[in-house]
Amino acid sequence: MRIEKAIKKSIKKVGIDLDKDSPKYLQVDYNPLLQYSGIKGLEILNSRDALKKYPRLKSYFWRLVDKDKDEHTKYSYKHEFNGYFIRAKKNVKIQTPIQACLYLNTNELIQNVHNIIIAEEGSELNIITGCTIARHAAGKHIGISEFFLKKNSKVNFTMIHAWNEEAEVFPRTGAFLEDNSTFISNYILLTPTQKLQMSPKIIALRNSKTILKGLLLGRKSSFVDVGGEIILKGSNSSGLIESRIVAKNNSKIISRGKILAEGENSKGHIECRGLLVSKRAEIQAIPELVSKNEKSELTHEASVGKIKDEELWYLMSRGLNEEEAVNLIVSGFLNPEFLEVSNNLKVQLKTYLKLIKR
Amino acid sequence: MAILEVKNLKVKVENKIVLDGIDFSLGKEEIHAIFGPNGSGKTSLISSIIGIPSYKIVEGKIFFEGKDITSLPIYKRAKLGIFCAFQNPPAIRGLKVRDFLKILSSNEEENLRLAGLDESFVERDVNVGFSGGERKKFEIAQIFAFRPKLLLLDEIDSGVDVKSLSFIGKRLSEYVRKNKISVLIVTHHGEILNYLKPKKASVMLDGKIVCSGEYKKIWRTIRRKGYEWCERCELKKQ
Repeated sequence: MRIEKAIKKSIKKVGIDLDKDSPKYLQVDYNPLLQYSGIKGLEILNSRDALKKYPRLKSYFWRLVDKDKDEHTKYSYKHEFNGYFIRAKKNVKIQTPIQACLYLNTNELIQNVHNIIIAEEGSELNIITGCTIARHAAGKHIGISEFFLKKNSKVNFTMIHAWNEEAEVFPRTGAFLEDNSTFISNYILLTPTQKLQMSPKIIALRNSKTILKGLLLGRKSSFVDVGGEIILKGSNSSGLIESRIVAKNNSKIISRGKILAEGENSKGHIECRGLLVSKRAEIQAIPELVSKNEKSELTHEASVGKIKDEELWYLMSRGLNEEEAVNLIVSGFLNPEFLEVSNNLKVQLKTYLKLIKR
Repeated sequence: MAILEVKNLKVKVENKIVLDGIDFSLGKEEIHAIFGPNGSGKTSLISSIIGIPSYKIVEGKIFFEGKDITSLPIYKRAKLGIFCAFQNPPAIRGLKVRDFLKILSSNEEENLRLAGLDESFVERDVNVGFSGGERKKFEIAQIFAFRPKLLLLDEIDSGVDVKSLSFIGKRLSEYVRKNKISVLIVTHHGEILNYLKPKKASVMLDGKIVCSGEYKKIWRTIRRKGYEWCERCELKKQ
């Protein structure tokens, strides 16, 4: 399949390199242009074809995301969709990152995506999903993703978003973690977006571990409302929600985090650090801890503020002008080191952070 | 010609006068010590010379190599060759020592080693979790990378153990003499002076320079009689 140069170029910005010989999925609007596994025990299909192949898969749809949750889920439920189905078979551990890309190409389109990810017992999946849009298109992206982590499985999921100022984006994610499973999610947003709102909900059973990390740069007039909710149902389950946020220009960013502890000895921590680099920008941190078990431990930490004058002056006394000093502090603050991603991706993200026009 | 000239400098911070008519000049390759009790204006003088924006100059002028720098922003003064090693440099979380030193010169590991820091420091965040000695050594690594013409040292010997002090002192002294740098040293304890050996010194009290002269004589007197003596000193009345 020949992929247009413009698409290839723009999806590189969301960490997807089609020239790499790795498992991949590429969907433009509703068309699955590429779906390739190449690894025994790893299935990659578009979700419509997957439903035809496995009729029983239907019961996985809308199990973790409530179809009546809001207007976007209602829309999604009622309309045509496509998306990816990724499954690792029992005990198959796939270290090679699977590259999945959802590209919105047609102006005024509502791209309705439904993804199903299944990590069977003892398996491991590493997925990088890049979602992006054609430069001149305006559109809406609704993305339903449901993750099923069976016993002793592990999923490392990294999502990089690069939208434009005309895009409206509403991902709705649910994950179900069976005993001893691990779910790591890294979310990265570095480009302006008109409106983006999401809050993945994770249900965690015994001894499972959830890590949700977010690296967000609010630019121009972006409105971003990102959160995460972890329900620690099982004993000894743990959850961490950690975010780093920089708000520039007129952007407004809300960072929500909710951890509900029900299981004995469950542990949860929310950490949000925000940096304001404009007088017109706004950051709101809303941590919420609910404990229903006296043997659980929940904590949170949040700090939101502007760059300290002392830090700026220190850098300026070394010869940097104010803009250069701010950029150096911001790129340090948004250092991808804190994410749970591969070293390769960290290097890629660092380069990307340097490239984006601030 | 003097490398630095301060003329009738009056400075305020948040409506409080912190420097009250300072006249001071530093010759090329001169090493000059400034003494004074806490709150006498030593750090204010250094901050005004480098151009920290919260120090508002209400009167007077500062000249560097004959050029009026009174209204130049902080980074432009740095670009002319003025460098300050800070007493309490701020911690900047996330900013790696490597990325920070790169803005000054390309051989960051070499400069760290010269300042007595391990090369692995490049991976640490700037001043985050540094011990007192490490902070000062990191300031010194930056001096080597920056190669200033005028070096301002603000309490470089405070919070440093004896062994580190001896190391810092020797390295700094070697560097300053080899590169013919002019140095203004603010010190409370005076230990660093055993290495840098200034010829001249001044004493500050209440935002004013009350006495200038031969370093040894002034330092000996202060150690023997304290700053109370300076207040009564005849020089002040002249």
